[in-house]
Amino acid sequence: MPQVTGEEGRAVAAAGGRPQTLDDRRFVSRALDSDIYHSFKSSKVVMLAALVSLLFIVAAAFAPWIAPHDPFDLATLSLLDSLNPPAWVEGSNPSYLLGTDDQGRDLLSGILYGARISLAVGFASVILAAGIGITLGLIAGYVGGTFDSVIMRIADVQLTFPAILIALLIDGVVHGLYPNVTRNDSAFWVLVLSIGLSFWVQYARTVRGSTLVERNKEYVQAARVIGVHPIVIMTRHILPNVMGPVLVIATINLALAIITEATLSFLGVGIPSTQPSLGTLIRIGQDFLFSGEWWITIFPGVALAALVLAVNLVGDWLRDALNPKLR
Amino acid sequence: MSLLEIKGLTVEFPTRRETFTAVMDVDLDVQRGEIHGLVGESGAGKSTIGNAVMGLLEPPGRIAAGTIEIDGRRVEALPPEEMRKVRGKKVSMIFQDPLSSLNPLYSIEQQLVETIREHNALSEREAKKFAIDLLDQVGIPKPAERISQYPHQFSGGMRQRVVIALALCSNPDLVIADEPTTALDVSIQAQILNLIRRLCTDRNVGVILVTHDMGVIAETTDRVAVMYRGRIVERGPTRKVLGNPDHEYTKSLVAAVPRPDIKLLRFPMVSYIEGPGRDFEAIDLSSHWLGQGRRDRTRDRHENLVELKGLRMEFLMRRSLLPRNRIYFPAVDNVSLPIREGEIFGLVGESGSGKSTIARLIAGLYTPTAGEILFDGTNIARLGPGRQRRPFQRQMQMIFQDPYSSLNPRMRVADIVAEPIRHHELASSGAERQRIVEDLLEHVGLGREAARKYPHEFSGGQRQRISIARALATRPRFLICDEPTSALDVSIQAQILNLLKDLQEELKLTLLFISHDLPVMRQMCHRIGVMQNGQLCEVKETEDLFENPEHPHTRDLIRLMPRLDYLSTEGLAIDRAEAARTGRV
Repeated sequence: MPQVTGEEGRAVAAAGGRPQTLDDRRFVSRALDSDIYHSFKSSKVVMLAALVSLLFIVAAAFAPWIAPHDPFDLATLSLLDSLNPPAWVEGSNPSYLLGTDDQGRDLLSGILYGARISLAVGFASVILAAGIGITLGLIAGYVGGTFDSVIMRIADVQLTFPAILIALLIDGVVHGLYPNVTRNDSAFWVLVLSIGLSFWVQYARTVRGSTLVERNKEYVQAARVIGVHPIVIMTRHILPNVMGPVLVIATINLALAIITEATLSFLGVGIPSTQPSLGTLIRIGQDFLFSGEWWITIFPGVALAALVLAVNLVGDWLRDALNPKLR
Repeated sequence: MSLLEIKGLTVEFPTRRETFTAVMDVDLDVQRGEIHGLVGESGAGKSTIGNAVMGLLEPPGRIAAGTIEIDGRRVEALPPEEMRKVRGKKVSMIFQDPLSSLNPLYSIEQQLVETIREHNALSEREAKKFAIDLLDQVGIPKPAERISQYPHQFSGGMRQRVVIALALCSNPDLVIADEPTTALDVSIQAQILNLIRRLCTDRNVGVILVTHDMGVIAETTDRVAVMYRGRIVERGPTRKVLGNPDHEYTKSLVAAVPRPDIKLLRFPMVSYIEGPGRDFEAIDLSSHWLGQGRRDRTRDRHENLVELKGLRMEFLMRRSLLPRNRIYFPAVDNVSLPIREGEIFGLVGESGSGKSTIARLIAGLYTPTAGEILFDGTNIARLGPGRQRRPFQRQMQMIFQDPYSSLNPRMRVADIVAEPIRHHELASSGAERQRIVEDLLEHVGLGREAARKYPHEFSGGQRQRISIARALATRPRFLICDEPTSALDVSIQAQILNLLKDLQEELKLTLLFISHDLPVMRQMCHRIGVMQNGQLCEVKETEDLFENPEHPHTRDLIRLMPRLDYLSTEGLAIDRAEAARTGRV
């Protein structure tokens, strides 16, 4: 084994003498040297997609600081400002870059706040779906037998319900149980729950498949011979080795969750128009599409398409980069 | 004129970081009617030569220099379509794995007839007749009936015969056989090698036999070229090269081959190949961590540390709701044997004979259908995985066959080795645990720095050392070694076997050593049990077994061992007492 490689030496120099442990240095140099980083760097489309995704996430996270107006502050809204066209069109108000909607809310700010809600729903539902799916898949694959069959049959049944149906169902149940809760408060969590519950199957199936492969490998048997508890074997040994495909599914599912959220909001089951998400904005704008106020629906639509496309491109690239057969 | 003449061949694989030269300035010639061996360890470039001749280099690999002439015609720069014709008519290839080199969706007839008609102007009917004739020549019984069957209806050895028939369809002048018997049992290996030998003389075909197995080279080839890191270091008639090697590398390679005929005290240290590996340093057991906790073993000692009584293991072959419709396959069938404290007990047999199943039963990975497993007098066969089994789990550990899958790729070596210590609470603090892990790594010849690294940073032999360190981390009395060296090159195998032997003597371990390789068993084991079809044929002291085998299956296995008696014995530490007793030197 070579003691210090050239790359490690460079990493030390790059760190500018900042005290670093050997492990940090190795990690940085390994990450910069890895095939994945290289394949990332060699594809301009992927870099652009990653940049767009990152831009959206940052803009959404810091929307209250970035947005020129606060669309939720009723005091600043005026119906006199409603239906302003974008800034470059004749008869516009230059302080509203992308124009305003029917209630006088600034569209650019609306999109920023809308992306915030869309992304939040997306991330939360992906985490929920992944949590359920990974847990069930891991146990089903490792334990096998009847438990495995039961889980997988439930998964099959689950696949027959579309997310919209589940959302309507949960929405109805929530309102039936808690009549005092307004849609304003509950909409977000209803969406997360319904999208999360309809997406877990894919994780469960993938993780179960990988677990079946991993559990027969000799390192798992070695742990069993030592006497390590099955839960520890699953979490410490198998889980890290099945996370690759999960990462890919999660990325692609993020885009899918955002789309599903937009669909539900568009249909009126999702986020109400007082706190519009991207899908809600598109729905509001739809009414004005043929009366000349095209910008209300086009700009949120373009933003949604760009976000989903960018996330999907990153997901596709990740799938190929993590698959040694395609390299 | 030579059939094949290679001059100055250099093959490169350019990668992102650097250009890897797999084959460097190689000269080789093959005559009609001879078998020319290419031997070397993994990564030596021997398969690459075969692929280069066939024009089958995987991109981005390329021939950077040199010429390849087949029957006087240069082929290395031919366009792909021209090369395809040469490949069909002149050169054929036999691959390693007969399970994957036949298309499972087509019958043997379809595959053979298609290939025959591609190369010969024959009608469908004539081609079929030709195909049946070929199958007959490669020794497939009732070829006229079996030709219409599918690959899955043939056994591994039979499939390899079909692959050979497929290679002969075009009446090639040159056959490249790339590890043709590595995936097969010894008895089938002998048949296939005989077949290749016969075809070579009958049809006057030149054969390049690529293998890592010295036994195959010694038994089959006329001439041999020894490869090391992309270069041919020595070439000549097989008897001369193996019997009286000139090059240092050949000498050390020959010395590392386990001998079936003489017992060595230990394998010579081969320093030429992999980082020399430190010399084994004995430790003071009275003060060292590995020596602690030995006292409680002395009380209540049983002569047999492990004893199997009427052990039986059945696997479900056909599921059914009704118990009477289920079909079971007995992988281990009524096996009784004692393993004495402090001995190395060997279990030998062909694939599917049940030897690994026994290992897994003892380790508690399977629960037996019937019978007892006594460990130090306690029946552990029916203990659940919980608390009761725990003391036994500490006392026995296992070393697995495949060093690439037996270590979790996502864990640091330190965590891998520390896991048993943590689980069995053998250290009082994290610092102590770390010290023990480093000591263990040092003791198996890796050094402390290894602890911080990940498994992929190590070679196969080094990984197997990590496996051994992990197995020792519970201070076991009983070590199960399931084919611990069959995935390793011979020189690395010699190092690992030496290490196991040293550790066994030092720590007074009891070893169950499972292998299909009789010469290795002869060097390692005190007693050997021979298995066939789940049953134990016979158990004997090692030397007795080799000199006076009783069971017909044992006799077969011993007869089929490659004869290596003309190999150079330079630098070997022969067990003189044993040699004198059996009358050989």
